[in-house]
Amino acid sequence: MSILDIDERILKLVELIEFHKSPINDIKKFSERCAIGLIEGGCCNDENVHVLRDFRKNCDILISVGDCATMGGIPALRNNIPLQECLEEAYINGPTVYNPSGKIPDDEEVPLLLNKVYPCHEVVKIDYHLPGCPPPADTIWEALVALLTDKPVALPYELIKYD
Amino acid sequence: MVAVKNGMKRVVIEPVTRVEGHGKVTILLDENNKIHQTRLHIVEFRGFERFIQGRPYWEVPVLVQRLCGICPVSHHLAAAKAMDLIVGVDKLTPTAEKMRRLMHYGQTLQSHALHFFHLCSPDLLFGFDADVAIRNVIGVAAKHPDLAVQGVMMRKYGQEIIKATAGKKIHGTGAIPGGINKNLSIEERDFFLKDLDQMIEWARGALKIAKDYTVENLEVAKEFANFPSSHVSLIREDGAMDLYHGGLRAIDADGKAIFDHVDYQKYHEYIAEEVRPWSYMKFPFIKSIGPEDGWYRVGPLARVNACDFIDTPEAEAARKEFMAVTDNKPNPLSLGYHWSRMIELLHSVEKIKELLGDKDLQGTDLVVRGERRGEAVGLIEAPRGTLFHHYKEDENDQVTMANLIV
Repeated sequence: MSILDIDERILKLVELIEFHKSPINDIKKFSERCAIGLIEGGCCNDENVHVLRDFRKNCDILISVGDCATMGGIPALRNNIPLQECLEEAYINGPTVYNPSGKIPDDEEVPLLLNKVYPCHEVVKIDYHLPGCPPPADTIWEALVALLTDKPVALPYELIKYD
Repeated sequence: MVAVKNGMKRVVIEPVTRVEGHGKVTILLDENNKIHQTRLHIVEFRGFERFIQGRPYWEVPVLVQRLCGICPVSHHLAAAKAMDLIVGVDKLTPTAEKMRRLMHYGQTLQSHALHFFHLCSPDLLFGFDADVAIRNVIGVAAKHPDLAVQGVMMRKYGQEIIKATAGKKIHGTGAIPGGINKNLSIEERDFFLKDLDQMIEWARGALKIAKDYTVENLEVAKEFANFPSSHVSLIREDGAMDLYHGGLRAIDADGKAIFDHVDYQKYHEYIAEEVRPWSYMKFPFIKSIGPEDGWYRVGPLARVNACDFIDTPEAEAARKEFMAVTDNKPNPLSLGYHWSRMIELLHSVEKIKELLGDKDLQGTDLVVRGERRGEAVGLIEAPRGTLFHHYKEDENDQVTMANLIV
């Protein structure tokens, strides 16, 4: 979402690039090779792993955007707790839960959860990491501009400092 | 993608795009190609209810806003409202409450602009069946550059307000238990006053697009996801729309109250959530009606349907026009969400104007404290509906229970 905070520069950006598969359009599958892939979020289920591998296969450069992608972020707080406990809290113990069967969602249509939340670089090779929660729009902008103009990605301290 | 499942054809839309969140839709068709079953599966599970246990209460408003990238402010504020009560505060200072409200209206503005311009406008401008290559915000920018600029700049204005009140455009830290950590400087105020009239004009324009689209396509709207439902929203004491605070109101499809002005500390007596095996999202329902038929709409359509009036003049005039379409009965058209969302967009800008003229924003009385409590509930109207945050804290200030209906 932070990428949209480049505001009116997005109109400039689209003169240089074409968005392929992304949440802001309806392209669901890779149909051609992409120069740059931006990944947000870590891997918490098998579907995330599948999507991430698909991005690695179809993108020349892969960038982890944000703390969830680079190190698991807040969702990785569950890594210290057995997954079963997290599921029971949400689907069985909660004060407003109505669950006569006592079952936790397990349909084959919902992804299988991983035991832990994994940062992207533990699953595939990642070429660049943009830290922050979220990384400021200027950080994403500077990195993209550098890559698009064949310059080294050199971010000043102000753009990679944390909260 | 089409495959066969249980002898039936299975169509899957995955991922669902141009929405907030992650989901997929599956449709099962029988041998006569009749739809047997359609399901929206929410595919993410994160476990906030469990993993924030043990964290200190003052971390919670900053931590739980990571539930959402588009409306983090709502979670930030819902949690802060609960933590106000935890630190024994029933009433904030005027500066704190108004700063938070400004933050919230800034967010509603940015989120509604994003929803309408970046995500939905391609469908309205090009049609549902338009070529995938142009059916997106980039396509809108190419064909209607003025409109795209308006969407981008309105969102930016909302984001700047969030930055000025919360410290950062996404995942800020402004609201703290019992108050706020900064006021609005004269320079910041003047910065926003400069572009305010432009925002009001653009908001009027966006409202007109949404209204004209709905009126011109009323027959389509009546065919498309038109179904009666209950509606739930927070409501101010006098019946006005209030996105930040109020009692809980639920109305049925005819507009009759199911419950009204409910103190939301008792929300669990009125609302429950059913677990179904095929989605990680739970299914909230009104307890007095039951899990089968107790489901309800939330968000802009529900709020405009549920309120008695809107307390800003232009949005109120727009609400009357909107309600006239259904003879003042609750509007059951899902496509009516766009129109009602743009009524709220204009309302948010009007509210921002009202607040910027209020000297309390430059006050210096920011935080109050009272006697520590062990349990509290915070509710807020997020851009897409009512959020419920419920926490218990032990004597070490650590969270021992969290229930989130979000």
